[in-house]
Amino acid sequence: MEHSIIVEGLTKRYGDKLALDGVSFKVGRGEVFGYLGPNGAGKSTTINILSGLIEPTGGTAVIDGHDLRRERVEIKRKIGVVPEASNLYDELTVRENLGFVSKLYHVPRRLREERIARLLDSFDLDEYGGRRFGRLSKGLKRRAVLAAALVHEPDILFLDEPTSGLDVVSARTLRHMIEAFKEREITVFLTTHYIEEAGSLCDRIAILVCGKIVTIDTPHALEAAAQEMPVLDARVENGERLTEEALGGVPAQDIRVTGDRVRIYTRDIPGAIRALSRVSEEMGFSIMELNTVKPSLEDAFIRLTGLSADLMRTEKEGRR
Amino acid sequence: MSFTEEFEGVVAIVEKDLKAYYFKPPNISWGILFPVVLALAFSLRNPDGLTELAPGLVAMAALFGTTSMEAIVITFEKRVGAFERLLLAPVSHASIMLGKILGGAVFGLVISAVMTVLTTVFLGAQMTDVLGFTAALLLTVVAHSALGALVAVSVKEVFEAQTLSNYFRFPMIFLCGVFIPLQRMPLVLRYVARLLPLTYSVDAFGAVMGGDGAGLLLDLVVLTGYCFVLVASSVRLLRRNL
Repeated sequence: MEHSIIVEGLTKRYGDKLALDGVSFKVGRGEVFGYLGPNGAGKSTTINILSGLIEPTGGTAVIDGHDLRRERVEIKRKIGVVPEASNLYDELTVRENLGFVSKLYHVPRRLREERIARLLDSFDLDEYGGRRFGRLSKGLKRRAVLAAALVHEPDILFLDEPTSGLDVVSARTLRHMIEAFKEREITVFLTTHYIEEAGSLCDRIAILVCGKIVTIDTPHALEAAAQEMPVLDARVENGERLTEEALGGVPAQDIRVTGDRVRIYTRDIPGAIRALSRVSEEMGFSIMELNTVKPSLEDAFIRLTGLSADLMRTEKEGRR
Repeated sequence: MSFTEEFEGVVAIVEKDLKAYYFKPPNISWGILFPVVLALAFSLRNPDGLTELAPGLVAMAALFGTTSMEAIVITFEKRVGAFERLLLAPVSHASIMLGKILGGAVFGLVISAVMTVLTTVFLGAQMTDVLGFTAALLLTVVAHSALGALVAVSVKEVFEAQTLSNYFRFPMIFLCGVFIPLQRMPLVLRYVARLLPLTYSVDAFGAVMGGDGAGLLLDLVVLTGYCFVLVASSVRLLRRNL
């Protein structure tokens, strides 16, 4: 398989803090590669290094055949970056913004107008071309930023949390657009905190924790690995005092209590049900629903990182 | 990367900055209003020496026209992530800074040109060497725009850029011969003034606006030196702070 991105032992140190600790991975041409992890795991640091914004402390990276340390400008020509912040210029119209970016990326003058028109059309931005970027909604801004990243027709696209903070409809539209990149053979490096999004969009997913990759696999394989450990899902009533500690006697690999839901990761389902019933009688809460569920990609993420996906999402949204 | 591509990058940044930030009515009026108000204040005290104020006024317009916005534009872009867009593009750091500096310089040039017309029409200032004046004005706006850029890349917040700019701008107005000729200053302050670029701008404008041109060449050489040193320092600082 031909690789668009080859990263070996990438390290980044900020003073005493090790932000990236020997990260290695390969991304195939035309692949959508997901990069998942909690806040501070090193996702943005990786993108910043690979896009040439900051220097790595150690390790190597080859992007589209170009060495990151020696051929930075060549790499910049080949990549498009959609940063987490929608960073076009508020005072310029969408069309002017795209025009500026096309000049900055040396798109030949004769191709500019036609290419901008095509991008406005494919991102449904036709009617907003003459509107100032600062006056667009969040969803339209993300689309415009995505269009700007494609104006020089890059082979590789880095998307840093592209749907973060968007409403459901805008996020779905954007996901469809990302799916369409596969058909155009554009390699996509995607960071996201939406695990379901990574599962549906990505060919493979790397999970990053504290600057280290803990696993790289297809969403299907990650789910399959999680399914080795069945999950007992319960909905309880009057369980305000219920905590993971209170369920210490339940035979389980891991237990998560979120609101009125209890998720028990166990190979001993009957034993867990008996223990849960016993605790409910002792603590006076009722079990309203009890199901064994097929572990999801989210469960795989929880098992690998030890973090709740909800917590990761809340942290991320809270920072915005 | 070819020279043409670098040049295209510089021009694109200049155009974008002028359109997005500089040529907005509040900026233009502020760039002209501030030097005019200061000049009025001094002229009330010394109504007979208005013509003598002309070189200092043009220099001050260039100083405020370039630095007021320059420092804010870069810091603001760094703050909102728009500067990152430039750093991600296949353009060298030197071209990015040059684009930023020339954007500020063009704005300063326009403000100074308006001030030159005002001083000629209302204060009766005489232009004795147009070529010398043009050279002095071009070097002045580039040097001071680079000074604003240097401030901007050395701080993180917009308010820090404004504060730091004022630390050197206001002392320069009083030390560099804008309102008080250097000859009338204490010897120590004259030495300090010789370290500041605005001194050479005021001197050069004085030489070509009614003066006999004496010392113009030296002023132009020193201003050229400031242009190189300040542009190079801002590029170096940008690289170091990344």
